[in-house]
Amino acid sequence: MSISGLLGQLFAIVLALVLAPLLTGWVNQCRAWLQSRSAPPLLQPYYMLHKLFRKDVVLAHNASSVFRTAPFVIFGCMLLACAIIPSLSTDLPFAPAADTLALVGVFGLARIFISLAAMDIGTAFGSLGGRREMLIGFLAEPALLMVIFTLAMISQSTSVATIVETLAHREVVIYPSLAFAGIAFTFVSLAENARVPVDNPATHLELTMIHEAMILEYSGRHLALIEWAASLKLYAYSCLGLALFFPWGIAAGDSILGLAGAIPLLLMKLAIGGALLALIETVNAKMRIFRAPEFLGTAFMLAVLGLLVRLLLETRV
Amino acid sequence: MPALLSIDYLLIAVCTWLAIGLAGLLAPRNMHFISKVLFPLGALVGLGVGITALCFLGDRAETAVLVIGLPTLPFHLRLDNLTAVFALLLGFASVGISVYAAGYFRSGEGTAPGALCLEYHIFLASMLMVLLADDAYAFMVAWESMALSSFLLVTTDHRHEAIRRAGYLYLLIAHIGAISILLAFGVMTSGSGDYTFAGMRTQELSPFWASVAYLLALVGFGAKAGLVPVHVWLPEAHPAAPSPVSAMMSGVMLKTAIYGLLRVSFDLVGTPLWWWGVVAMAVGLVTALFGVLYSTVQSDMKRLLAYSSIENIGLLAVGIGLALVFHSYKMEALAALAMTAVLYHCLAHAGFKSLLFLCTGSVLHATNERSLGKLGGLIHRMPWVAWLALLGVIASAGLPPLSGFVSEWLLLQAFLFSPGLPHSWLNMVVPVAAAVVALVAAMAGFAMVKFYGIIFLGQMREPNLTHAHDAGPWERAGLVWLAALTLLLGVLPSTVIGLIDAATQQMLGTGLADKVREHGWAMLAPISPDRASYQPLVFLATILAALWVGRWLVHRFYHGRVRRSDPWDCGYFFQGPRGQDTADGFSQPIRRIFEPMFRMERHFPTIRDEKPYYSVKVEDHFWYWLYLPAARLVERISGLVIRVQGGRIAVYLLYSFLTLILLLLVARP
Repeated sequence: MSISGLLGQLFAIVLALVLAPLLTGWVNQCRAWLQSRSAPPLLQPYYMLHKLFRKDVVLAHNASSVFRTAPFVIFGCMLLACAIIPSLSTDLPFAPAADTLALVGVFGLARIFISLAAMDIGTAFGSLGGRREMLIGFLAEPALLMVIFTLAMISQSTSVATIVETLAHREVVIYPSLAFAGIAFTFVSLAENARVPVDNPATHLELTMIHEAMILEYSGRHLALIEWAASLKLYAYSCLGLALFFPWGIAAGDSILGLAGAIPLLLMKLAIGGALLALIETVNAKMRIFRAPEFLGTAFMLAVLGLLVRLLLETRV
Repeated sequence: MPALLSIDYLLIAVCTWLAIGLAGLLAPRNMHFISKVLFPLGALVGLGVGITALCFLGDRAETAVLVIGLPTLPFHLRLDNLTAVFALLLGFASVGISVYAAGYFRSGEGTAPGALCLEYHIFLASMLMVLLADDAYAFMVAWESMALSSFLLVTTDHRHEAIRRAGYLYLLIAHIGAISILLAFGVMTSGSGDYTFAGMRTQELSPFWASVAYLLALVGFGAKAGLVPVHVWLPEAHPAAPSPVSAMMSGVMLKTAIYGLLRVSFDLVGTPLWWWGVVAMAVGLVTALFGVLYSTVQSDMKRLLAYSSIENIGLLAVGIGLALVFHSYKMEALAALAMTAVLYHCLAHAGFKSLLFLCTGSVLHATNERSLGKLGGLIHRMPWVAWLALLGVIASAGLPPLSGFVSEWLLLQAFLFSPGLPHSWLNMVVPVAAAVVALVAAMAGFAMVKFYGIIFLGQMREPNLTHAHDAGPWERAGLVWLAALTLLLGVLPSTVIGLIDAATQQMLGTGLADKVREHGWAMLAPISPDRASYQPLVFLATILAALWVGRWLVHRFYHGRVRRSDPWDCGYFFQGPRGQDTADGFSQPIRRIFEPMFRMERHFPTIRDEKPYYSVKVEDHFWYWLYLPAARLVERISGLVIRVQGGRIAVYLLYSFLTLILLLLVARP
């Protein structure tokens, strides 16, 4: 572990903290344009965070310590995820802390905490949201693990950095299994980030809400942390998707030049990814909650298909 | 006088436990003496067992022959590394459970405290003897003492009809299992008449007879462990037993069955065939999926945990199967990976499941209520139990940085290597099995959120819950011990693997320790850091840092003001405790998605109902598919037998006479 590596790691974390709300703002802006509404400013999420941090926390009378701890734990989990996933460079001192399987565990831990916090006040909406979140979670997690298995079998490793290095420096061979895995990963990311068609981030006061139902009782700095963590999660999933399926441009070392070259490329990729997300959200309608198993079941089947394609076709060549 | 060996210390522990148990009979009604003197002494002995096993790990096997037993077959005992790992588990888990039991048992109806103390310590001693036994006779004697003493413990509250029935079912299935194990031992002696394990190791069984022995052992030990379809006793017996007993049975006794399976398949029966592993894996996958599905829909907190134990046993069977498959193809390094996952999960499960069962005990004492639908909001009254249970819940859901995650991670890593198997279709089917393991792990999270959220969070569903009180100091100490084990197993995986590796090496000839030690104690990298690595301490540090530094930063740059008010809930005004999800409501998505997997009886209210009510009863298909037909068959056969048994003594005398004549004819010299 070198000093420059440590600095690079610190830079990646700060970049994640700064870019994550920007990405959310950008997706909201794109969506507004596509739906021919006038768009909110790009920096709107920052204004909101600042406002929420300043406001008092209004706690329900029977809120327990779990409720007050959860936002910090969730924020910590997302920060850790962002520190592990290579965005600019694969040379991250934190990377050996968790491979892709452990990364799924980090997201799982955050999910458990947000569901428990949702059940803590004991309102109808809270427990409803918590139950639905766990439902989506256990449907999405196996699909995500199958995607990871496919990638791990291509690169003979579950470490994110090694996968990225293998995929980025491979010869120009098209892996059909990667296509299946990519589509499955997109499905899973939509579900995990509470996006249309599984959930609607713009919804509020609707019987169909999932994520919003869980955080109804949060206010002030707690809400700010949860919103920030949600942005970080979207950023982490975007970076993971980019790193796994479009790894070109991620620097292998920790040279300043490599990093400087990687930043504009990352911004460009995130901008395109955000616009595509807005497009997906605009052309799809939110589905009923009991269609979600079919949706995520499809993702799971695609991921298994990818794995089988990998095992059947690609190892024989 | 020669220095005492480790095995001698363990034998002394067995005798001390028995003596403590007998001491309970001196003052069978003196609750204070029994709970505050004898149970803590038992815990101290447990600590001694754990430490002895810990010091022994890595040493050469020790044997002993006792003078008791059959004339031609005295008790042979042997302490090797496999035994030591499980003795370690037994010792350390029993410390927490015994300390907790010191505060838990109250005098009341049911078994007298003295008898309870005797049964409990015989149970402990017989489990240690099962681990030490080195011949079939000693093993079966210990095995049966274990079954009987635990049966008596399960039926502590024997005035209740339901509890007696649960105990009977447990005893029945335990004996079906015991017969199967006995037959397995019989096959393994292959007619030589040598019932020592040393003799069995030298027998060269034909593949057919080896397979028969293995399958019999799988059924026999599976019945004790709770593999589908002989799992039915588990969800009945665990809720019936007092909580420390449930904890001991689920955390430790199920592991003795896993020990037996490992002993037979990796030590006694010789070289395994590849399909043995596939059978174990298939049974394990079905068990795990079945267990987790049913645990999500339970509304009794101890039944929920019992089904969750079935799930964990299923995962262990999957790991054993994977290790067998690799072992049969001589891929010992990979077999060692799977085996380490199995042993680690045994330790982890002993910690967190005992912890959770004990937490339900505290809840039960505080509220007299086992049904999830009548609990809620207990974190306000029982913060200690609630926060310690949270650790157990996170570990049980298989999440970092606690113990359950390490073993699941190792198991998934082992699965990732299965495409290397030199078998045409196995190498494709096995990775897909990993998908089922992933589904099981994720659903375990659902069950655990339900368990925790409904008991400890939300509003109190019944008014009398406001009188609930936190656990007492003894109970708290037991819980803290087990929670500490769960945490240590979670954050120090490399150290623990270095310890238990001796057992893996003994079974497979190779282990993970050398590779793991290369990277220091903070990092777990079973193959190489490039391939896969995990540093749980970083997880823990990040989360704690987010908690403390994050809080400090927010308070420093903004403020820490808090205002209390009514909940918002979208402005909805009526927010009684009935508005929350019930236990059945919470699992409604599962019942709906996996409807064919359950046998449900539901009643929905209609508009015209005077007193509308909703009810759902979820039952096990296996009762109707397997057990009831089997019971009917037995009844029909007995009906036929009755015709011969007329009840008249003259007829019986005639039978005896005829038999005698027949025997004389046959046995003529």
